[in-house]
Amino acid sequence: MTGQRPNSQPPKGIFLKAVSAIVWKDLQAEFRSRELFSAMLVFSLLIILIFNFALELDIKTRQSVTSGVLWATFAFAGTLGLNRSMAIEKDRGCMDGLLLAPVDRSAIYFGKVISNLAFMLIVEIIVLPVYSVLYNINLFQPGLLLVILLGSIGYVGVGTLLSAMSVQTRTRDILLPILLFPVVIPVLLSAVKASNGFLEGLDISEFLLPINLLIAYDIIFIAVAFMVFDSVVEE
Amino acid sequence: MQSKPLALTILDVLSIIVLGISTYLALFFAPTELVMGQVQRVFYFHIGTAWTALMGFILAAVFSVTYLVTKNLKWDRYQVAAIEVSLVFFFLTIVLGSIWARPAWNTWWTWDPRLTTAAVTELIYIAYFMLRQGIDDPERRARFGAVYALIGGLSAPITFFAIRLFRTIHPVVIGGANAEAEGGFSMTADMRVAFFFAIFAFTIIFIDLYWNRIRLGELQDKVEQLKLKVSM
Repeated sequence: MTGQRPNSQPPKGIFLKAVSAIVWKDLQAEFRSRELFSAMLVFSLLIILIFNFALELDIKTRQSVTSGVLWATFAFAGTLGLNRSMAIEKDRGCMDGLLLAPVDRSAIYFGKVISNLAFMLIVEIIVLPVYSVLYNINLFQPGLLLVILLGSIGYVGVGTLLSAMSVQTRTRDILLPILLFPVVIPVLLSAVKASNGFLEGLDISEFLLPINLLIAYDIIFIAVAFMVFDSVVEE
Repeated sequence: MQSKPLALTILDVLSIIVLGISTYLALFFAPTELVMGQVQRVFYFHIGTAWTALMGFILAAVFSVTYLVTKNLKWDRYQVAAIEVSLVFFFLTIVLGSIWARPAWNTWWTWDPRLTTAAVTELIYIAYFMLRQGIDDPERRARFGAVYALIGGLSAPITFFAIRLFRTIHPVVIGGANAEAEGGFSMTADMRVAFFFAIFAFTIIFIDLYWNRIRLGELQDKVEQLKLKVSM
């Protein structure tokens, strides 16, 4: 430590501390209210119920559409969570407080991404066994869980950035899915394809490409979001 | 009130002329394709509009970066103009393609990579305008627009690549043959004339519309400022 430029170059530990403080705050607030989590979970179960009637999920159809149903459920439930998690910050003026904090603003982005990802994964962890029991299909395969993790990272990475924009507009309640869905189509597409591969027990070489694409998407978009997040929250 | 620049007026007239010539070349000069017949003539305008629209979308993504770096509202006007004109051109591409696909593929629409990417791209840029509509502050509108156009501009090619994992039936007329494509053909010399002229013509028309749209944006801003001045 030279101590010559105390403010211009904060030590690296502060960044991680700020990220974990935001994650901790979100998780704790959620743990106390359980608003967001319960809404996402109930909504997911309702979507599966609707798919059940809409598609007549008998044994034959189930084989081919399970991954599609799962990802559609995650995508819809995900928007609910993303919207709410940013709206809370905006409504109660918490965002201004966060912005005033003397930390790099990308720490706010990463904090929000991690807490949103946590909510989404918790919902997914509950939806998977429920789906498995309801339709007598084993969804607990390590490969499938990896795809779900990769897909959720990409989805939440872009979704957090876009929800930070959509809550600042007049049409904020309806705008997020319209902004988010067309740009996460690559995620949904390759996630569905890779999940299908695992569920059908294909050889990994047959669906390695979608998995690679998921990884590439995650890296590209989190990097871009990291660079532009400043211009989204600046006042 | 600034008057319309002379060069722009000349360009207006020129675009009408090249559109006329291009129409003549596509409908009468180019020979009729043997297998598909008259409907193949749609191809010239299809490529002309698609080419210019894609250029416009790429320009828009570049303006995202220049705006975010310089924060000069000029780049925002350039971006809106590029996206608006390209959105219309790309819509024309899809409609013309559908007209061709009905006899060639026996369907108006199929979920082929190019078609799907085209539809997704249209949706992305429609979402772009919906985002802009919800924001009053011009500076914030420009920032959000730039961010979204950048994300969208990156996502569209990845979507194309992702869907390419499935096989395609869209013919690749220029460069590279696809064995599974249906409705492909090789161009004769006269077809090539019509083809390259169509590309040229639509580039001119695009530039003309683009310029007019930028001018419109500048005038809009001026009106906005004058309104503010009057109300104060």
